Amino acid sequence: MIAYLARRALVLAATLVVASLVVFTTIEIVPGDPAAYMLGLNASPETVMALRRELGLERSGFARYLDWSTGMLRGDFGVSYTYRTPIAGMIADRVTVSLPLALFALTLAIAVALPAGLLAASRRGGALDTAVMGFTQIGIAVPNFWFAMLLVLLFAIELRWLPSGGFPGWQAGVGTALRALILPSIALALPQAAILARVLRSALLDTLGEDYIRTARAKGLSPRATLWRHALRNAMIPVLTIIGLQFSFLLAGAIIIENVFFLPGLGRLVFQSIASRDLVVVESVVMLLVFAVVMVTFLVDLAYAWVDPRLRR
Amino acid sequence: MTVTVKAAHAAASAALLTLMLSAGAHAARTDVTIGMVLEPPNLDPTGGAAAAIDEIVYANVFEGLTRFGPDGAVEPALAASWEVSEDGRRYVFTLQENVDFHDGSEFDAEDVKFSIERALAEDSTNAQKPLLENIADVEVIDTFTVALNLAEPSGDLPFNLAWGDAVMLDAASVDTLATAPVGTGPFRFDRWVQGDRVELVKFDGYWGEPAQLDKAVFKFISEPTAAFAAMMAGDLDAFPNFPAPENLVQFESDARFAVVVGSTEGETILAMNGREGPLADVRVRRAIARAIDRQEIIDGAMYGYGTPIGTHFAPHNPAYVDLVEQSATDRDAAKALLKEAGHADGLVLSLKLPPPAYARRGGEIIAAQLREVGIDTDIENLEWAQWLEQVFKGHDFDLTIVSHTEPMDINIYARPDYYFGYDDADFQALMADFAVETDDATRTELLGEAQRRIADEQVNAYLFQLAKTGVAAAALKGLWENSPTQANDLTRVHWED
Repeated sequence: MIAYLARRALVLAATLVVASLVVFTTIEIVPGDPAAYMLGLNASPETVMALRRELGLERSGFARYLDWSTGMLRGDFGVSYTYRTPIAGMIADRVTVSLPLALFALTLAIAVALPAGLLAASRRGGALDTAVMGFTQIGIAVPNFWFAMLLVLLFAIELRWLPSGGFPGWQAGVGTALRALILPSIALALPQAAILARVLRSALLDTLGEDYIRTARAKGLSPRATLWRHALRNAMIPVLTIIGLQFSFLLAGAIIIENVFFLPGLGRLVFQSIASRDLVVVESVVMLLVFAVVMVTFLVDLAYAWVDPRLRR
Repeated sequence: MTVTVKAAHAAASAALLTLMLSAGAHAARTDVTIGMVLEPPNLDPTGGAAAAIDEIVYANVFEGLTRFGPDGAVEPALAASWEVSEDGRRYVFTLQENVDFHDGSEFDAEDVKFSIERALAEDSTNAQKPLLENIADVEVIDTFTVALNLAEPSGDLPFNLAWGDAVMLDAASVDTLATAPVGTGPFRFDRWVQGDRVELVKFDGYWGEPAQLDKAVFKFISEPTAAFAAMMAGDLDAFPNFPAPENLVQFESDARFAVVVGSTEGETILAMNGREGPLADVRVRRAIARAIDRQEIIDGAMYGYGTPIGTHFAPHNPAYVDLVEQSATDRDAAKALLKEAGHADGLVLSLKLPPPAYARRGGEIIAAQLREVGIDTDIENLEWAQWLEQVFKGHDFDLTIVSHTEPMDINIYARPDYYFGYDDADFQALMADFAVETDDATRTELLGEAQRRIADEQVNAYLFQLAKTGVAAAALKGLWENSPTQANDLTRVHWED
């Protein structure tokens, strides 16, 4: 187990170093000057140069990479070109929106997908199975921004139960803040729940065909107990993989939903920063997301080892 | 038992309702939530050109010596009055007394000296530095009197000082302007939840007529459908520059809202790179202008909002000369001009489009119109940063569509290194005369001449003046109808009972 952990940790560190190099170089070669963007159509070239000097853009790329990468090790991501505030603080603010949103959406997705997948698998071919499969098909096919707009039309404009968007901040009270996340979470959770339910169903059906299940049934175990005790645990490996991927996706990929609900999350920060060529912010957020994805993968690997003792070797 | 509980309940509700109604009738709301498409990068109007900065802080948080009124006229602000010397080289400003900055320090002539010298410094990052460069020195006469001595005579100084980039600052707070602005305005900065909103509150120590609102929130919503939903749901009270003109009809038919269509300083043009190639030939430029149908673009791209222009000048300005007819649509004439210029068998030009709808939608329509006279376009959609790099700085384009939103910016045609590359000694001389002219009648005359010159030369194809399409709650009064500068001046905004 220790060796397994050490191996995974080493891969994790190497991935981060390579990723930081790739992220920095690819983003730095994007054409566009943050100083010119900030100063607009009337500024003189000398003013643009003065701002570039002030922002440290006149130094070599290598020097900037060193500053940025060593700074990150200390938790210092540098200062945003356009906002002129420390990036670490900006990211921390955005994470307080994106992380709860991702967790909320994922919890919703799992809460819907687990029973749906179990029901469908246990009634294979039955009416319930057909219904679950039909609904999940729709869930995957519906574009989530469109679904989000329908939610807004119904719950914000017609019924006025929930705000149409925005985020009041956690200091406005946990209840108020969570209310703002309800609609976006539902919009994000729908396709994820559909995917998860389908994966769970097919994984369960696969394991239900295995020899050990037949043995368990032959020993007189009820179908329900077989499903819960033997099939579900073994079907968890693909399900955990998908949940891990979904969490990473929800953290970084909620950008469209963040735009529809004008939530100040990480996705929108990246979006705005790319437009204004605030490259250090883009690089830092992307690195943070890489880190999150790598960490989630690492945790999923650990979870595999937990559900499947064979992987611990 | 149940009956009595119900009765008590009903009585209580009725009492509560009466209370709420009477409260509503007597005390009008004193807060407002305003929607904006873009979040400002920072809140320092002297350190960047982003319109979103001025849309929050202009006239609300910061004030200059002069300011723009709702009609675009230059009005006194922190300067109570001023006098110009005979030769137009010296302006003496008498300052308002008893003006405090939000941090408590007093405003005086030293602050004027500091603010202007900071904008003009070698390492200044002021986006409108060219506007102030004519100021040779700032002379403090006494605590509340200051003189600006100019290198060249100028009649433009009070106008130039009204820009958001020339506001008065307190030396003690300049280092934190970007995130915690300190000015002299009727509102002071309260907080900024980045990515979501900026909050201003009424400044109790304001020197002038106090604001009628206690609190103003600016919320950033870039997605047009989200903006629509937020207005409809009542989460916003106003959206002064509503991003989706196609939705305005829906607001118009709803009694809860008032739609206000006003004018802006945005001359939207099809800019042509006249440095070399076919576009260096005035006949080709004229052919392009005559191939274009402005009304079709306004209807198709802007849902009918916008005023056709025939030169680079705002139609609501008294000095405007209507030259639209001069380049009215005439595709036969366009074809003849192209033939004369040696392009009878067609021409291919690049058309680079920045993100706004006027450019992207307008570009498709213009491409179709140009095709009718035998000009094919290669359309390329660019982000703003790419546009600035390739088109504005690199001059790597044939055609582009952009709205020039700075007020009174016809003098950009006197800059030979500007992106469309118009190098005309006569026009430059005209602008030099204009800058030093102080007589109003002569100034108007010179402006007319300048407008005719760039229309005759057809430097660019002039499309339309961008409209300000805003929507607000019907009971909210006092917002600017027009946009003489990019601002949401809240000083007169209030709720009507």
